[in-house]
Amino acid sequence: MPAITTQDLTVRFGNFTAVDQVTISVEPGEIFGFLGPNGSGKTTLIKALIGLLTPAEGKGSVLGFDCVKEADQIRQRVGYMSQKFSLYEDLTVMENINFYAGVYGLRGDYLRRRKDDAIALTHLEPYLHRRAGKLSGGWKQRLALACAFIHEPRLMFLDEPTAGIDPVARRDLWDLLFELSGQGVTFFVTTHYMDEAERCGRVGYIYLSELIAYGTPEELKEISDVSPAGTRRIEIDTRRTSNALAAMKRKPYVHNATIFGQSIHLLMGDQVSLDQVKTDLASDGFADAEIRPIMPSLEDVFVTLTNSLKE
Amino acid sequence: MKVSDRRPPTTDQPLAMRSNPFSGLIPVLRKEAIHIRRDPMALFFTVFIPMLQLFMIGFAINTNVRDIPTAVYDGAQTQESRRLIDRFVNSDDFEVVKYVMSDDQLNREIISGRARVGVKIPPDYSRRLLAGQTASYLVLVDGSESSVAGEALNVANAIALRESLERSLSVTAIRQTLPVEARPKVLFNPDSRSANFLIPGMIAVLMQMMTVLLTAIAIVRERERGTLEQLYMTPIKPLGLMIGKIVPYAVVAYTEIALLLFFMRWAFDVPINGNLFLLILLVTPFIMTMLGFGLLISTRARTYQEATQAAFGTMMPSIFLSGYIFPIDTMPVFFQWISRIIPTTYLIEIFRGIILRGAELQDLWKQGLILTVMSIIMITVSALRFRKKTG
Repeated sequence: MPAITTQDLTVRFGNFTAVDQVTISVEPGEIFGFLGPNGSGKTTLIKALIGLLTPAEGKGSVLGFDCVKEADQIRQRVGYMSQKFSLYEDLTVMENINFYAGVYGLRGDYLRRRKDDAIALTHLEPYLHRRAGKLSGGWKQRLALACAFIHEPRLMFLDEPTAGIDPVARRDLWDLLFELSGQGVTFFVTTHYMDEAERCGRVGYIYLSELIAYGTPEELKEISDVSPAGTRRIEIDTRRTSNALAAMKRKPYVHNATIFGQSIHLLMGDQVSLDQVKTDLASDGFADAEIRPIMPSLEDVFVTLTNSLKE
Repeated sequence: MKVSDRRPPTTDQPLAMRSNPFSGLIPVLRKEAIHIRRDPMALFFTVFIPMLQLFMIGFAINTNVRDIPTAVYDGAQTQESRRLIDRFVNSDDFEVVKYVMSDDQLNREIISGRARVGVKIPPDYSRRLLAGQTASYLVLVDGSESSVAGEALNVANAIALRESLERSLSVTAIRQTLPVEARPKVLFNPDSRSANFLIPGMIAVLMQMMTVLLTAIAIVRERERGTLEQLYMTPIKPLGLMIGKIVPYAVVAYTEIALLLFFMRWAFDVPINGNLFLLILLVTPFIMTMLGFGLLISTRARTYQEATQAAFGTMMPSIFLSGYIFPIDTMPVFFQWISRIIPTTYLIEIFRGIILRGAELQDLWKQGLILTVMSIIMITVSALRFRKKTG
């Protein structure tokens, strides 16, 4: 039984369709990455799955429970951790954990064991009596995870869990997620970070309320819209990146060119050889340019798909 | 870093509150109590500010009119005119601050505000009196302060009437006393002290401000911080959340009312003639109504500021239309209706009834019932609105 399934799930606010006919399926133990620009419907889908919003059409089920009729069962069994640090800053770490343990109705031996596990997992031991407001961003996030995980959920919704925390803390958090996922916990993670998306088992990309890409990162890179037949994708390294970009965009064989960090990613017809490109660059005054063929990154995928929808 | 080797059955965890409509009540209640404890300044101000207001207003306001500054122009300068002036001097209501010698001076005293009342006795006062004609004297009253003006008119008339009666009776009859005399006795507030009248009402108004503000802020604060969003994702039920939030503030409210009553009794010397327990009993539906109202505000207000403004905005009608300062009986009918839907109106009636008149449940059950109905409506409406938001 999949951890999450939706069938043409549609959520409307008045005339506005926030989530449009989304169909996904997330397997137990999978880390599902959900991407898309702000306001594209990521959080709305989570709310619909938890039963906070009623779908106008379609249906969804979480852990085998219907999102509309059995929302109570779902909320008891899933964890949610949001983009903002949303714990009580004037309560200590321990008090925050106790509060959520109480909310989920944990008791007795089980409660003690769960608290020990959550603290051990997140290494919060030294900070138990510190006010949550006094923790640094990464530790706050660990506390939020401990609270969201206290009732041993089989599925966790993480809504931009790493927004605004430093790279080391980000890496640590992901290590934690992999560990838990190895134990069979399913994750539904929204993020803006492409490196995080690359680490997900499967990825969905929602744009203007519609799910426009869905699959493993490898599958997405082979979508024909992204890598059409008769094209290849190359990376050009040169010091004068923006000038080179302007020059290359004028070439008839170039389909698409964008700057990625210090380099240019180019989608071009494969009838032209790499040597030809290098010669063209040299004649335009970019003799230092280095060229190599690349696989599209997930970012390439999403940029290409988004652009093709805009046109 | 093991998570749990002894995993309990995932579908049947020891879950105490599966479909309990009050799910989450106890943890929310505990958490809220910690919030209150952690913020001693907020607690201090919510308890202290109403007390400060009690003292400020309690000492400052005195609506009893006494010692009205009075200027006298005695144009007659006779035995009779002096006897009349003595009547003014000897009354509690007037205090003769200046004797003047012309109409102009008399006017000046009133225009400048040094005197509120001017008494002019014309030169022919004694002559007309002795000739058996009507002797008149002029009383000028500054109408810019209506309560003073009304009192001055009444007393000036009474002085004239008494003077007339005594004069006509002593000339014609044998008896030395007036045939009829009213002996007014002001019940329940024998000295007509403003404090006795105002403070019970003030406590009601202060209670309203405190309870509405506390609950509205308690929820809005969670929304502002984003923690409310997090709570929605948990099995907490709207009723559990609401009641868990209300109860700690109800405790604060009862503490506050006990303190206010204490100071009313011992600092302002207003006796509680009725049953204190009845008072507490009848306060309960009021507190519930106000806490429910605070919740209702919190379902609409997005920010702390909005909540505060809404709480203060709804204070105004309660201050002016509840009978706290201005009597309801003298309001236009339309406003009387409005005052009847303001909960504070009933609490003030209950307070004045029990504290001043020693009223009992049989006298106040109607107010108690109305407040109970109001509290049920208010809590239901806010719970429904809350449910809508939480889904």
